[in-house]
Amino acid sequence: MALAEICKISNAPYMRPNAWSSADVEEEQKGLMCNLANPYTLAAPPFENPLHNLNQIQANGDKTGVKINFDHGTTTLGFKFKGGVLLAVDSRATGGSYIGSQSMKKIVEINQFMLGTLAGGAADCVYWDRVLSKECRLHELRNKERISVAAASKIMANIAHEYKGMGLSMGMMLAGYDKRGPGLYYVDSEGSRTPGNLFSVGSGSLYAYGVLDSGYHWDLEDKEAQELGRRAIYHATFRDAYSGGIIRVYHIKEDGWVNISNTDCMELHYMYQEQLKQQAAK
Amino acid sequence: MSILAYNGGCVVAMRGKDCVAIATDHRFGIQAQTISTDFKKVFHIGPRMFLGLTGLQTDILTVRDRLMFRKNLYETRENREMCPKPFSAMMSSFLYEHRFGPYFIEPVVAGLDPKTMEPFICNMDLIGCPNAPDDFVVAGTCAEQLYGMCETLWKPDLEPDQLFEVIAQSIVNAFDRDAMSGWGATVYIIEKDKITERTLKTRMD
Repeated sequence: MALAEICKISNAPYMRPNAWSSADVEEEQKGLMCNLANPYTLAAPPFENPLHNLNQIQANGDKTGVKINFDHGTTTLGFKFKGGVLLAVDSRATGGSYIGSQSMKKIVEINQFMLGTLAGGAADCVYWDRVLSKECRLHELRNKERISVAAASKIMANIAHEYKGMGLSMGMMLAGYDKRGPGLYYVDSEGSRTPGNLFSVGSGSLYAYGVLDSGYHWDLEDKEAQELGRRAIYHATFRDAYSGGIIRVYHIKEDGWVNISNTDCMELHYMYQEQLKQQAAK
Repeated sequence: MSILAYNGGCVVAMRGKDCVAIATDHRFGIQAQTISTDFKKVFHIGPRMFLGLTGLQTDILTVRDRLMFRKNLYETRENREMCPKPFSAMMSSFLYEHRFGPYFIEPVVAGLDPKTMEPFICNMDLIGCPNAPDDFVVAGTCAEQLYGMCETLWKPDLEPDQLFEVIAQSIVNAFDRDAMSGWGATVYIIEKDKITERTLKTRMD
């Protein structure tokens, strides 16, 4: 203590003995596990003005060797038709050209009537979809009524807007059935949010659009629609190096979503090839 | 992205008992886009000699043509078949000729010596540093994965049919963890009296 007096710091706040109250302890704990209580509080990067400097670091990544490489590459699609909404996705997760997983679940089941698809940064999508699930459940408890797809997508777009420019990478579709009927929205990390009848998102989306546009019309039967979605994703996995694995098809009707099929790409490829051969033989 | 990974693809070669095997994938792509799935990167360049080239597709074709020219010239002058060893030496100096503006390829040679029937495998970096081990050589965008597979599956003195199984499993499971290679594969087994070519059924995504 004598030393503290010589240094004239005995009155400094960090030298005062602490009488810990329970409120203090709680405060201290909050600082140590902030996003457990509130998912919107993320740790700030350890440098100032992240909006500017984070982009600078990523841009210089090639020179410095310090670069964050997230899992990327996907093909997802969704469309509305007379039988409801259909979603189809692949299941490959890549980091660079390395295939990290062939069995990712890129459709998130938000509740019995709503689904979300993931494309872009895997961690970003999974985290914020989980936050969205929580928000949707809270809405349900507060208002004694299920959230509409429009409102849910707005929550997602607001989150994206809040972090705009900070390097989030998401391109997601929200699909569901509410009192207004079937709903399909596209939301991305740039903050855009658009309703529509037909979307495809991800690195293989162009190939999927090619198949989708040639086969899509409103009056598709359920079976036809499911096959169209599956086929579009299959063709994307064939052409696009960053898409592949298992093709998952979900169909949302008035009474909630159903998982129609989860088929391996390899199985589909040789099945379609066989069909082509048979057609040629005729 | 590295220019060596622009088109994707991989090749692996292995030594067995009195035989060698060489395998290639079938993908020709431009970055993420798969253009065709019938581009074999292994060429039959002598009665018992194969050349595998991975890397930039335009350079694969150029290097193959230029090496064939030099090999034909050698064979006409000497009036005898070119052995894998001198062919590798010739390729090494050919690649070093372009030390300051290299061809973006990684070559693999596999064959049997026409006189002694001794198995021979060899690979090089893009400026011709030769490496001729007595187990296996790999090249391409999934080289790391191939090393892992070969390191666990390969053992000395494999018979031709065992060697086929080992090399087929190695290449298929290696490129299934790489986005830039795959889309079919072909394996060649070279023995003193015959050459067997087998096409593998693989994932097409």
